[in-house]
Amino acid sequence: MRIEGRGIIDRSTPVGFRFDGHDYVGFAGDTLASALLANGVRLVGRSFKYHRPRGILTAGSEEPNALVEVIEGNSHTPNVRATMQELYPGLAARSQNRFPSLDFDLLAVNDLAAPLLGAGFYYKTFMWPRRFWEGLYEPLIRRAAGLGSLDRQHDGGEYEQAFAFCDLLVIGAGPAGLMAALEAARGGADVILADESAQPGGRLLSETLTVDGRAGGEWAASVLAELQALPNVRIMARTTVTGAYDHGTYAALERVSLHLPPRPNLPRECFWRIVARRAILAAGALERPIAFENNDRPGIMLASAVRTYLNRYGVAPGKRVTVFCNNEDARRTARDLIAAGVTVAAIINSRAHASAVEDCPVYTGATVIDSRGRKGLRQITIRHGGGEAVIETDCLAVSGGWNPQVHLTCHMNGRPLWNQSLAAFVPQPDAVPGLAAAGAAAGIMSTAACLASGQRAAREALEALGRKAPGITLPVAEDAPYAIEPLWQVPHKFRAWLDFANDVTVKDVKLAAQENYSSVEHMKRYTTQGMAPDQGKNSNVAALAVLADSTGRGIAETGTTTFRPPFTPVSIAAMGAGGRGAGFAPQRFLTSHQASVERGAPMIEAGLWYRPSYFPRPGETTWQQSCDREVQMVRNHVGVADVSTLGKIDLQGKDAGRFLDFVYTNTFSTLPVGRVRYGLMLREDGLVLDDGTTARLGEHHYLMTTTTAAAGLVMRHLDFVHQAFCADWDLRFISVTESWSQFAVAGPKARALLASVLDDGPDLPFMGCGPVTVQGVQGRLFRISFSGEEGYELAVPARHGEALFRDLLARAETMGGGPYGMEALNVLRIEKGFITHAEIHGRTTAFDIGMEKMVSAKKDCIGKAASQRPGLNGPEREQLVGLKSLSDGALTAGAHLFVPGDKVERAQDQGYVTSVCHSATLGCSIGLAFLKDGRARHGQTIRVVDHLRGVDLLAEVCDPVFHDKEGVKLRA
Amino acid sequence: MPKLIAKSPLSDIWPVTHGALSLSELVLDRVVSVAPFPGQAGAMAKALKPLGLAFPEPNRMHINGEMRIVWTGRDQAFLFNAALDTPAAALTDQSAGWACLRLEGEGAAEALMRLYPIDLRAAAFPHGHAIRAPLNHMNSILMRLEDAFEIMVFRSMARTAWAEIEHAMLHLAARAQM
Repeated sequence: MRIEGRGIIDRSTPVGFRFDGHDYVGFAGDTLASALLANGVRLVGRSFKYHRPRGILTAGSEEPNALVEVIEGNSHTPNVRATMQELYPGLAARSQNRFPSLDFDLLAVNDLAAPLLGAGFYYKTFMWPRRFWEGLYEPLIRRAAGLGSLDRQHDGGEYEQAFAFCDLLVIGAGPAGLMAALEAARGGADVILADESAQPGGRLLSETLTVDGRAGGEWAASVLAELQALPNVRIMARTTVTGAYDHGTYAALERVSLHLPPRPNLPRECFWRIVARRAILAAGALERPIAFENNDRPGIMLASAVRTYLNRYGVAPGKRVTVFCNNEDARRTARDLIAAGVTVAAIINSRAHASAVEDCPVYTGATVIDSRGRKGLRQITIRHGGGEAVIETDCLAVSGGWNPQVHLTCHMNGRPLWNQSLAAFVPQPDAVPGLAAAGAAAGIMSTAACLASGQRAAREALEALGRKAPGITLPVAEDAPYAIEPLWQVPHKFRAWLDFANDVTVKDVKLAAQENYSSVEHMKRYTTQGMAPDQGKNSNVAALAVLADSTGRGIAETGTTTFRPPFTPVSIAAMGAGGRGAGFAPQRFLTSHQASVERGAPMIEAGLWYRPSYFPRPGETTWQQSCDREVQMVRNHVGVADVSTLGKIDLQGKDAGRFLDFVYTNTFSTLPVGRVRYGLMLREDGLVLDDGTTARLGEHHYLMTTTTAAAGLVMRHLDFVHQAFCADWDLRFISVTESWSQFAVAGPKARALLASVLDDGPDLPFMGCGPVTVQGVQGRLFRISFSGEEGYELAVPARHGEALFRDLLARAETMGGGPYGMEALNVLRIEKGFITHAEIHGRTTAFDIGMEKMVSAKKDCIGKAASQRPGLNGPEREQLVGLKSLSDGALTAGAHLFVPGDKVERAQDQGYVTSVCHSATLGCSIGLAFLKDGRARHGQTIRVVDHLRGVDLLAEVCDPVFHDKEGVKLRA
Repeated sequence: MPKLIAKSPLSDIWPVTHGALSLSELVLDRVVSVAPFPGQAGAMAKALKPLGLAFPEPNRMHINGEMRIVWTGRDQAFLFNAALDTPAAALTDQSAGWACLRLEGEGAAEALMRLYPIDLRAAAFPHGHAIRAPLNHMNSILMRLEDAFEIMVFRSMARTAWAEIEHAMLHLAARAQM
């Protein structure tokens, strides 16, 4: 029901929206909750476990009941708090956790079975048979209990991440936050003021109080206007600070456009990381309910929420309202309602000596003991000094006092302190370095005291920042005392709810205590109290008060559970903004990419690189056909492959050779200028790190090549060795991987192809290198081979890479050659017995791969001593061998090796296969493998078993080099 | 004989403008990494003097007309558009290995602070500052000019960098129209 003349909604802008298939009209400035209440909708959801009809309890982000699904086109977002969802034209929402409808929910039968379904019911009941838990019980329970349904499509919405920096972060823009921001801003500090609501102002917008003689909302607006005009202030509305982390870093979630119909490129939410030198927590306090019989009916709300709906949204949540409280503060609810012309049936104050001046019946020393009205409150029963009475009422405003929002102050392991006079926990000072609480968040309750507290906190922050306080005179405001007598629960017979979101009652907590789950953390796990999306904001303190009472301890002694980020739910989509699909990692493209794609090559990811898998020709229907052809092409004519992904490191300085001797197992200081040498690198633990070739370009100038996979790793390793062991050497190195496009040209006609592209063709010996000119471009030529054929690698500055690749292909094709992809490259190297990181995978030694003689005896190197440890060399090691399938069956990488006749079990394992291919050259399936004492077992037959892919066949153990063992072709 | 055509990393992408921000490729002509050998600071200074430049302190750059020298790491700087020949430092050509993106317009710092975990507001990161920092997941060199930011990333990652910066621009432009 709307109340004329109240609220800050825009009554000139009606907004149509839809809830559960019915069309309604609200106003701009409404939340879904306020608009539903204005339209007389009280039943908005079903409870988690008992499927009890539920209404709106709060007016903020702590709402436990009014969770809805917001529908956007074909997708939807579950568990949206109706109290936070702002109205926009065309907003469509539906209730959740009900079937077939909100009004008639079949699973409400759970409510009848409630006596059976208390805390611990599942643990005690669904125990046997054991395997039924995963297959039957859990799915059933999950279906019955729950929140909204997940949309099974990808979230197509836009999300954003951003970073912000400031001198002072003020969290919350109520009286304390506004005052703090104003003080700090006028003092010249760089301020971010973050407020959860669409309109900053906090309780000033929800109450009828005055500041400096003006309405609170007006004062807030004037302060905001001043702050907005200042260049050193950033006001972030709709932004919830959700976590406090090390070094003054705070996480915050901004609801950028959830209040608007979707628009292209407009982020829904933005996940902020704010780095602040100081921070003030002015997040206020949350009112808490009181547990009494049937206290969960639609129409039973928090008193502060009733005032928010009345004063901010111009909505009376009922026609005949009753107030039930244990403190003085809540009485203003009755006063506001009466002033707005709403009937107040009674005030029921549990305090015996409460004053009673309101123009309505006031019962002191009284409590509510029951309520009626299944889908909407109809009446309550009260107990007072004179006995019991029934009051007809459609809205009960409850206040059990206030809990300061201590959450953020506990994110770095701090625990809040119990304050007896407030009957609440307050923040422990300095629990988060640099963060100070002010206002109601610090347990300071009157408006005047909040303003003063905000100013004080800002002054302390300014001092810490080395700035002067501007000297603002505090505005005048109410300073009424907050008198409270704790009342957690009213004695009852059946059920009184503590945690509405997870359907946890007083009885459940008592049962936990009775079953000796007496620690508050155990009670939480046993009852699930505090585990719902509201994270117990409405119930934690009352629940632990009940637990304290049941265990005979005090509340301070019982303590709270651990507060962890986030303060309110944060969508994973916002935290991972930008990381969907291609945004997951950078994509690295070769200069030849476009040319390869034009030839129809499927691109495969190799690390971050995209490399051509094979180059299909017309008539080829499988990759194997293309691959076989490419292998034959290289073996018989000439092939061209882009190998620019290999890491290239340029090393210079008088100590460059000495450094290479140190990081490689073999010697490079003796390498002549113009020559290339294969090198093996060990980790400190003596296992193989990487391999590659290094060329000596000049007296003090080397070029190292690493594998593609380990390019970054090797660079880091070199940096570590340089900085840690030989920082003073005359040595500098830098990656030039990206600077050069490098193409392998391999095959019997490689030399002829090169002669046609090079302006000057040096006649290089095997493992020679030298500068060349390629059509006027300065390049480098290396005679190295990864294919077993006569091979070269030709490098030009990357800007010429694409042109050279296209030119090489065109020329190669006139010679019966062409491009070859990763598949053929892999076959060529397996046939030749060359290793990759499939073999040097981090657990193999130089001995294992048959290169122990490369560990020079004449010098020390990284990993040398460790490589000689017992157990790293000898017949007990699995050693690199070749395998030839003895049947038509194909070997598989990852298969394990067994002696034929042995039992196929772990204890008999002889080794494993690392790389396999169909050898077009040999016409059978071959592979590389590690086999126990393998080098002594050439010629034996071994059983290859791969349970995952159903492979079980026999293979012949052989030398890992299948093709051109003597290297005649290489050196041709 | 045909000359090999040279292509800049983003040569097939047109400059874009979204809202107040414009993104374009700056074609790098000549970039050399300069890494002075131990004990060569004096010789280094002498070699740079004729260019009107000095070896930059960490997170800074020096500019003289078209020439620029930018700190890029420990004992390392990138020299732009200048010829240098000195035994005091290891000199390595980097011209073709990097892509350079130029972002200009009101709010450029805001856009980049979607991707860089760094305070890029003018007061904290003014003209003359340069930093080696991650652009989202990418290694980059970020330079603040008087009127723009220039961002260098590995050549192979240029498209990702472009896409990510443009994405941030689109978000900001859409926010501005709210």
